[in-house]
Amino acid sequence: MSFLSVKNVYKSYGDNLVLERLNLNVERGEFISMVGASGCGKSTFLNMLLGKEALSKGEIFLEGKSLSQEPDAERGIVFQKYSVFPHLTVLQNIMIADEFSQAPLLGWTFGATKKNIKQKALDFISIVGLTAAIHKYPNELSGGMQQRLAIAQALMKSPKILLLDEPFGALDPGIRADMHELIHDIWQQNNLTIFMVTHDIKEGFELGSRLWVFDKLRHDPQAPNAYGAQVTFDLPLTTKKHKKIAQETLEESSQNV
Amino acid sequence: MKRLMNLTPSKPLSIFLSLLPFVLVFFLYGSLSNARLAENPNDKLLPSFSQIGSAIDRLAFNEDKRTGKYILWADTQASVLRIAVGVTISAALGLTIGLFTGLIPLARANLSPIITIISLIPPMAILPILFISFGLGELAKVMLIIVGTAPVIIRDIQMRVLQLPSEQLIKALTLGASTWLVALRVVLPQILPSLLSSMRFSLGAAWLFLIAAEAIAAQEGLGYRIFLVRRYMSMDVIFPYVIWITTLAFLMDFSLKRLSQVCFPWYHSNENGK
Repeated sequence: MSFLSVKNVYKSYGDNLVLERLNLNVERGEFISMVGASGCGKSTFLNMLLGKEALSKGEIFLEGKSLSQEPDAERGIVFQKYSVFPHLTVLQNIMIADEFSQAPLLGWTFGATKKNIKQKALDFISIVGLTAAIHKYPNELSGGMQQRLAIAQALMKSPKILLLDEPFGALDPGIRADMHELIHDIWQQNNLTIFMVTHDIKEGFELGSRLWVFDKLRHDPQAPNAYGAQVTFDLPLTTKKHKKIAQETLEESSQNV
Repeated sequence: MKRLMNLTPSKPLSIFLSLLPFVLVFFLYGSLSNARLAENPNDKLLPSFSQIGSAIDRLAFNEDKRTGKYILWADTQASVLRIAVGVTISAALGLTIGLFTGLIPLARANLSPIITIISLIPPMAILPILFISFGLGELAKVMLIIVGTAPVIIRDIQMRVLQLPSEQLIKALTLGASTWLVALRVVLPQILPSLLSSMRFSLGAAWLFLIAAEAIAAQEGLGYRIFLVRRYMSMDVIFPYVIWITTLAFLMDFSLKRLSQVCFPWYHSNENGK
């Protein structure tokens, strides 16, 4: 059985069918870029992996067990914004991840426990390059630094899968390139399984080991909501040759449209 | 010449402009008072500054012959205690109930409608009920302040909780937090500054209810005093009392604001430069 498998998943809001007949398998260590037009359901799918949205039909299995229908520590998430705590410093923002599990009653740790958590937090802070800013509040950080912080937070719990919801969408191009490098290194070094939604198809190509294109296969002009989107292209991107084939496939299909 | 909306005052000009209305009111009062007293030295409507001064001296710095108390301070102590207890209890209720209903949908469905209805009851209309059920003592006055301000604070806090970005709450859940820990470490610290500002806004209403309750039934208090001396048309007492109440209200408002700035720098950093 695959690490993560999606079995005949549908998602609809009332009469509006968003996603249909999703059957996908993902192995540990894959980096999946999800692209598609606005409203195609790629973010909805990410939210279902996260547990924020319920499945209308079908099931998703993680390591053979049905995925919990509410967000939990199995899955890490980095949103485009608002995913760090504004009232905590950088260090506190990271430490809180372990304080949640180690102090279920008080929420704060003391003494040796706190020291251990702090050491671990400092390690992750140095991985994302925020060591110089540990006592700053998020509003004193740039957009890129806030995203670094959000990534470090998610890494603290060693999640089985890491979900990225347009994580670099609000950043300047130069900073975005740095972030690409950072997330690529983190992915490789930690053998993470990553799902990333992006608007930027180039970004999807650059980072992913596999590309999913969400689109509607069937169209009824009389009832545009009658059919949902599926993964129309599932392309490996592990080698240069793969990337070239993927690029050609996509160009060909867009000519047909 | 720039357009009017682009003209900004320099610092000295700004200070001058802000003081100007106060000075004008002062002199206007002085001249009106002089004019009336010249016509009738026994006029009580606009007492002179020296008359006001002697009233202040009598009430604030001399023991009352009958009770042996300094009246102004005794009144201040009674009123400030009532308002402080009332607003503090309101804030505590507002924080716990508002957080609870804001974060937990089941609690919101359960309590939100009744809180909305209670907040629409005019508190003065149930003052008789409070006097009947809690007697004429301190409890009824404090209860009036609580009834008048707590529902507003509850609703405000609930709204602030609902305004927190859902991304933050989901992030906390993915870091393994329970509902309790989300409330304690993510929601609570972020709404404490809102609680302080909510308290600041409800102080105005609290003073209103306090003075109303004191006017109707009390043995001492700032509101009691001004309504007592109204019988003798003692404007020389009423004016300084009103100014003193205003000063107290300003000090409370100012200290809550400072407290918020000192305790929650991250909350106020967005206000810089605005």
